[in-house]
Amino acid sequence: MIFSSVVEWLADPANWTGTGGLLRRIAEHLRYTVVAVLGAAAFAVPLGLAVGHTGRGATVVVGAANAMRALPTLGVITLLSLQLGILEVGPVLLGLGILAVPPILAGAYAGVQSVDPAVVDAAAGVGMTSWQRLWRVEVPIAMPLLLGGLRGAVLQVVATATVAAYVGLGGLGRPLLDGLRVTDYPQVAGAAVVVAGLALLLDLGLAAVQRSLVPRGLRLASRTVGGAA
Amino acid sequence: MIDDLIDYLGNPRNRETVRELLLVHARLSLVPLVLGLLAALPVGWAAHRFRVARALVLGASNVLYTVPSLALFVILPPVLGTKILDELNVVVALALYTAALLVRPVADALDALPAHVLAAATAVGYRPLRRFLTVELPLAVPVLAAGVRVASVSNISLVSVGALIGVGGLGQLFTEGFQSAYNPPIVVGIVFTLALALVVDLLLVAARRLLTPWLPRRGRGQRVRPLPAGVDVRGATGSAGGAA
Repeated sequence: MIFSSVVEWLADPANWTGTGGLLRRIAEHLRYTVVAVLGAAAFAVPLGLAVGHTGRGATVVVGAANAMRALPTLGVITLLSLQLGILEVGPVLLGLGILAVPPILAGAYAGVQSVDPAVVDAAAGVGMTSWQRLWRVEVPIAMPLLLGGLRGAVLQVVATATVAAYVGLGGLGRPLLDGLRVTDYPQVAGAAVVVAGLALLLDLGLAAVQRSLVPRGLRLASRTVGGAA
Repeated sequence: MIDDLIDYLGNPRNRETVRELLLVHARLSLVPLVLGLLAALPVGWAAHRFRVARALVLGASNVLYTVPSLALFVILPPVLGTKILDELNVVVALALYTAALLVRPVADALDALPAHVLAAATAVGYRPLRRFLTVELPLAVPVLAAGVRVASVSNISLVSVGALIGVGGLGQLFTEGFQSAYNPPIVVGIVFTLALALVVDLLLVAARRLLTPWLPRRGRGQRVRPLPAGVDVRGATGSAGGAA
């Protein structure tokens, strides 16, 4: 039975430890993911907040972000690797970062957009400056959507970081692609299961973070309003 | 760079290859789009109608969406009894993602229908199935169309990942170019992938307009929320799990 051989492969401690072991691959995979997402967030969060706050350039930015979603990451990474040098981690991080930008940007922008204009007016009415309105009103209210975008980006990048192995790097794509080359199916499927498990765990963790970072006022509001509706 | 591109596309053999791969790419991304939509309609309806089904269906689609596409491509063969190089693996995987992405919009759109419209339809004698097909579904089109657009972009970019297992439409130009350290096929592959996504998106917008003649042609007056679906579903963002 094919599935039992996959379970057997996963249960073998020899596949988890050592230089090419799964633990090491998971660490590499997470490193690519974290660096790419943080890099993308450093660019996309301020941009999304600025566009949402000022309302300027929304059409252009949203359009560009949507077009970026269609960029095939494998193509971007192979092209950058050829241009910038194979076996360097830069092209992979850049390619994964590009993948992470649209969901983060959309989350930040949609979050600020979703703030009730009356609330922003009220904040202005009590004398808050533009900067204070952004940080003390819009950002906290935008938090759930902002984090939702970040969560989506993490999932996409975790899934796609397998591509790194194709251009000669590590991560969980390594055992998967190596297994394909020698038609070692248990290894291929085993690695696939580990990627899926990692994605699921990360998503659950981020969902918990997302819930805990929603401001208390919003939670109260959604209980009363949502409960009534 | 430009000269290389002209060289590459100047060769009729290469043009023929690109044309064939483009067709494969369109087939691998659009067939699952249709299948996924067809599957999402009854499932989304069930999620809208029954509370228990809703929790189950939305939970399952969330989990499914976290499974990376490359992982799904290689896990499916023993489940389906296919060979690992079979196109069917990619088609089924992308149809599953499409359905997972669309179930929630279908359920939400049906939830949001005004009760008086449904009551009116029932009052003039529409039976449930006819009411669903001729009243509820058309009214859900705007929300559905947004979801389908996200899914189409996501599918088109995911197909390329299939190149790593040898079934990837235009993605094969990436692996081919990388292996021979030759840029032009990669650039051509990226450009045609973007073009395919753009053309399909325009067609979907046109289809949405045809199907919803009662809506203003430009959403300027009405407050349309930009990027609705993608954001918390990780849609094309999607593409959530799905990205590779």
